[in-house]
Amino acid sequence: MIGQEAHDQPDSAKPQGDAMHTDPKSLAVQTLSGLKNAVFPVIAVYFATSSTGSLAIIAAICTGALLIGIGAFSTYLRWRKFTYSVNAEDIRVESGILSRTARSVPFERIQDVSLEQSLVLRLFGLVAVKFETGSGGGDDIALLYLSEAEGERLRELVRDRKDGASNANEVRASEVVGGDISAQMVPAGEESSVLFAMDNRRLFTFGLFEFSLAVFAVLAGLTQYVEWFVDFEIWDADLWRGLAEEQQGWLGGLSQVGQIVGALLGLIALFVVGSATGLARTYLRDWDFKLEETPRGFRRRRGLLTKTDVVMPAHRVQAIKIGTGLLRNRFGWRSLNFVSLAQDSGSANHTVAPFAQDAELAPVIEAAGFRPPDETLDWHRASKLYRTDSIILGSAIFVIAAIPVALFAPAGMVFIPIALAAIMAFANYYAWRFHRHAIDHTQIFASRGLFAPRTQIASRIKLHSVGLSQGPIAQRRGYATVRLGLAGGIFLIPGVPIERARQLRQQVIESIASTDFSQINH
Amino acid sequence: MDEKQDNVAAVPGDGSAPVLNDADDGALTKLHINYKKALRAQTTIIALPFVIAALFVEEADILPKGLVVIPIALLALAAIIRLPGRRHFARGFAMSTDRLRVVRGILFHSDTIVPFGRVQHIDVDQGPLERFYGIATLTLHTAGTQNSSVNLPGLEHALAMDMREEIRSHIKRESI
Repeated sequence: MIGQEAHDQPDSAKPQGDAMHTDPKSLAVQTLSGLKNAVFPVIAVYFATSSTGSLAIIAAICTGALLIGIGAFSTYLRWRKFTYSVNAEDIRVESGILSRTARSVPFERIQDVSLEQSLVLRLFGLVAVKFETGSGGGDDIALLYLSEAEGERLRELVRDRKDGASNANEVRASEVVGGDISAQMVPAGEESSVLFAMDNRRLFTFGLFEFSLAVFAVLAGLTQYVEWFVDFEIWDADLWRGLAEEQQGWLGGLSQVGQIVGALLGLIALFVVGSATGLARTYLRDWDFKLEETPRGFRRRRGLLTKTDVVMPAHRVQAIKIGTGLLRNRFGWRSLNFVSLAQDSGSANHTVAPFAQDAELAPVIEAAGFRPPDETLDWHRASKLYRTDSIILGSAIFVIAAIPVALFAPAGMVFIPIALAAIMAFANYYAWRFHRHAIDHTQIFASRGLFAPRTQIASRIKLHSVGLSQGPIAQRRGYATVRLGLAGGIFLIPGVPIERARQLRQQVIESIASTDFSQINH
Repeated sequence: MDEKQDNVAAVPGDGSAPVLNDADDGALTKLHINYKKALRAQTTIIALPFVIAALFVEEADILPKGLVVIPIALLALAAIIRLPGRRHFARGFAMSTDRLRVVRGILFHSDTIVPFGRVQHIDVDQGPLERFYGIATLTLHTAGTQNSSVNLPGLEHALAMDMREEIRSHIKRESI
């Protein structure tokens, strides 16, 4: 609408507005990834016809070839019919074999452009280019796949067009729009400073804290398959009893010390496997983690096999979240997330510092235009009535569960649900002290959590609406949940005394109403 | 109705400076009385199949006489006679120079304020029942994930249109 014409000249050798196909090499990648869909039918056919002897193998091979052929053909058709074009004001994608769809996404609506590269894609030199619009309903555009150079070109182009659209009235001498578009992954001519990076040592520590026993769940899942493939009843008690009896003599022969050592070794093995899983996952995800501040916004790169490279303009950050874990909190490790309309590979927030000390977080928070909470804040706690109610409600389920246990279970068992109810009540009672909120003249803070406190900070003018909601209990007890309309996230402050809630709402509404949406520069 | 119109019309040109706002805690404007009638008609339409089903169960003679049909008929009557009035009473709105406050709910009460400066787009919807009663639903959409669309049903159609124009005039040329 406003003066994109000025930036209409082609930024590169490619003509604008032409319908283009994705990279032909993506046909190979998509056919390859279609292979795994053929695996199970082939196995099924093999087993179904296994009574026919050698014919079974032929049948299985034919099925496989047919499936792969159909897959490749439809991949090709889809590739033929999928075109994208970059116009003066929008990006358009046309797709569909039988029913055609045309989608247009104006540059102004694009929240960010992300490039993703899995291992296979890297071998082929391709990237998946995704345009995030923040519409939430999956209305985004994904170009699967383009060459690395083309991906980078598109990203630069979108940024330039966006700048052209939104900065038409501003003069920004320092930032030459439509400048040097290079085909490298790093745009030339832009100074950037590293805000946060993780070296190997940090990654190792982080990995240890990411201790996970998920691998055992996977193993348990695998045994199901083992059972299916091998005729072996893994849950058959007799089999194991037999095995145990065989071993009995050997086990019994060990001294008591030996048994204790055995148990210890088992625990150590558990610890080693858990740590190794955590380390492997952390290394895969956060290898070479680097957050930079560039003139175009925050740029985060990470990943060992699947590399991701995300750029997010600083003014798009709606709120920030500081989290931690049960154990890592003791050592002062925190994680920092940005809340924005854009999605970060499935999760709603962008992790910008997964494992850092407070001192390291402060510059990142400030770069996003926020301030970390300090001593001057006037923290308010939730209503005491809310504490009472949550204690009662939290324990009620265990107390109710205690009734049938008391009636039918062996004597003494009833103490388990009673103890759980007591623990729940105590946890709720104690957690209340950490359940608090604060407001200053630009930001609103909410914090909760007993062992692993989570803090959320939103900018007052970037909120969209304020609501107070009260359930049947809250209405009688005089407290309310403050619901802040935050783009891209949820910001609730439960259990606020109604007077305080009204006051909070009043303050936030005044800041929202004093600034129009167009001025806050989403 | 006219009173509301005046309230709306008395808005000064620029909504930028936050002027008085007793809109946030003050008295609410009630919805049009036809909203109650529309709710009643709607409840009747919903309740009817249940009552008919109960009559069929009664015909089947499985359970003692009246065990099914009487409670269901009573519930339906209560829902048709009593509930619409209470729901109508629980709802309300207040529009001021730069914001709209919408209050609703008997059991689950909610009280939401949307500043005009954050409205992305506005809908005025009229279902068949609403059209019969000459009322409409005004919906404000914001970019927030919470309260992303705030509904205000039971406005006289002309008023809903006026409110839409009024709110629209406050939305500066958007440039997301």
